[in-house]
Amino acid sequence: MNQDIITSTLSGALRAGTPLLFATLGEILAERAGVLNLGLEGMMLMGAFTGFSVSYITGNLWLAVAAATLVGGLMASLHAFMSITLRVNQVVSGLALVFLGEGLSGFWGHGFVGMQAESFSSIKIPFLGDIPYVGQIVFDRDILVYMGYIAVPVIWWFLYKTTAGMNLRAVGESPEAADARGINVVLTRYIYTVIGGFFSGLAGAYISLAYTPMWVQNMTAGRGWIAVALVIFAIWDPVLALIGAYAFGGISVLQFSFQIIQVPIPVNIMNMFPYLFTIFVMLFASSNKMKKRFGAPSALGVPYSREEKT
Amino acid sequence: MKIHFEKREKKPSTLLIFLASLLSILIAIVFLGFIILSLGDNPLTAYWQLVSWGLGTVPGFIQSLVSMMPLLFTSLGVLIAFKMKLWNIGAEGQFQMGAFAATWGALYLFPHLGNPWLFIPLLMILGMAAGALWGFLPGVMRAYLGVNEILSTLMLNYVAIYWVNYLTYGPWKGAHSYNFPVTAEFPSAAIFPQYGTGGLNLGIFISIAVAFFVFYLVKYTKLGFNLGIAGDNLRVGEYAGINVKRMIVLVMVIGGAISGLGGMAEMSGVLFRLQPNFSPGYGYTAVIIAWLARLDPIATVIVSFFFGVLLVGSQQLQLFMQIPSSLVNAFNGILLFSLLASEILLHYRVRWVRL
Repeated sequence: MNQDIITSTLSGALRAGTPLLFATLGEILAERAGVLNLGLEGMMLMGAFTGFSVSYITGNLWLAVAAATLVGGLMASLHAFMSITLRVNQVVSGLALVFLGEGLSGFWGHGFVGMQAESFSSIKIPFLGDIPYVGQIVFDRDILVYMGYIAVPVIWWFLYKTTAGMNLRAVGESPEAADARGINVVLTRYIYTVIGGFFSGLAGAYISLAYTPMWVQNMTAGRGWIAVALVIFAIWDPVLALIGAYAFGGISVLQFSFQIIQVPIPVNIMNMFPYLFTIFVMLFASSNKMKKRFGAPSALGVPYSREEKT
Repeated sequence: MKIHFEKREKKPSTLLIFLASLLSILIAIVFLGFIILSLGDNPLTAYWQLVSWGLGTVPGFIQSLVSMMPLLFTSLGVLIAFKMKLWNIGAEGQFQMGAFAATWGALYLFPHLGNPWLFIPLLMILGMAAGALWGFLPGVMRAYLGVNEILSTLMLNYVAIYWVNYLTYGPWKGAHSYNFPVTAEFPSAAIFPQYGTGGLNLGIFISIAVAFFVFYLVKYTKLGFNLGIAGDNLRVGEYAGINVKRMIVLVMVIGGAISGLGGMAEMSGVLFRLQPNFSPGYGYTAVIIAWLARLDPIATVIVSFFFGVLLVGSQQLQLFMQIPSSLVNAFNGILLFSLLASEILLHYRVRWVRL
């Protein structure tokens, strides 16, 4: 009996962690380029709504995922325009994005509540899926979970081993120097903010098409905000993002396992854990010693203009 | 083609700022119209429904005032921190903690206190203390450990919400609640004086009084004067001899106490019992209200009332036109964007430059 619970908890952690992972990876790219986008929650909600509704209408899952991704990017481009071109306060613009996503998805999604749509199911990978214990947990999941596995090394390689990745980091660390080297700061920031939005849209689609295949208003339930905190937890590193996302996924499914084995902790107290844990992590990651070693991109949240050197 | 920004020499006049705000609202209304059209509804009928009840009838007007109260408290709570460029978005959690503490006092600490002259002030203090604690924690973490206050206040919001859920589903569930997650009703001595049957209560007047208190605090005290200096530049603030760290904590505590008082007022004045989801996100809407009011406490009263009208109107929309009330959130988002853009136009001359 305990065996089953451990297996279901761990596989649940991967499933619950996948949307967090996507959103966190996207935000890492945007923040590495120097743009702080707090609007993940809004973009994820629009992704979840778009994914579900397109799947419901067309029955085509991949079209649904593509549409959700695109909508995430579209919303991010609004934030990009506000924060990069108009240079408004990025915190407030991100908040506005959350409101917009909550409002539009709730408004347009009203008619989709209680409907059923095509959703992703597990695909067992040959050979790997037969490994005792591990195979069942890691290699018998749906295809989007696998995409998460692949995205992490790809982004890591891109960030640290390619010229484009180096340019991206340069823009976030020192836009003046990057500009002097002939890198187009504005364009770079636009690109990665929008890519970040793609990831958030995908994260939302995962929630409404695989994790809990349905549409409910505000169904992301604060995961977008957890992803923002995870970026700090991961000190802007994709590999740590993977660990953090799955760990947080684990905490959020632990409550169900605890209920089964009757650990006497009320669900609502369990629900606090991810948030308390995030605060705890921030306490640790924000200490000056840690900041010096693994700080945020220096130009994070600071608009860039050639004329105005501040 | 390239967009070029030139900083304007003069600070924009109050009239110009007012016009820009008005224009932002107008733009948001136009965009919202298209969104309403997308579901096949007539935007003009919807707008009429949205405002006619709250502004055109006496019961609607009182309802709007009742809706204004929690918004005003929480807006004032975030406003002081915003002046210092502290991004306190924890009003929601502080509001919930205030409601929790008031309920605790009313039902468990001194339920048999018969004297309202003692009971109500005690509950107010409890509510403020709980809200202040929920501001103190992120304040200290920000001031002394450098923890980003946006995230910490947000996380604490969720903790507070789940705390209220835990109590109302669990140990505090009322004996006569038919298994619904609500607490027992407040004893009558713990309830604010009510004027008439429409919901008009003392809490509304307290919220307006708090607005004047904040106005005084910001305009006429040393703290208020220092807020602006420290907000513009933390380092300059330190040179000017301001203990910035202590001030961060103080500002967060005051803001938290005001939002906590709001939670208490919502309990003692309007709901009389704690239940989950008793706040439809007042603390988040507060962020927009504070911005729309350009961080002016008196303007905040007017803007809060305007949002109270919208809130009441959106319930009318859902009731009579089956238009989901989340429309108001979409409006808030668009409004915030147009507001931000207008801010830039106020402070910069924007030119298209041919390259």
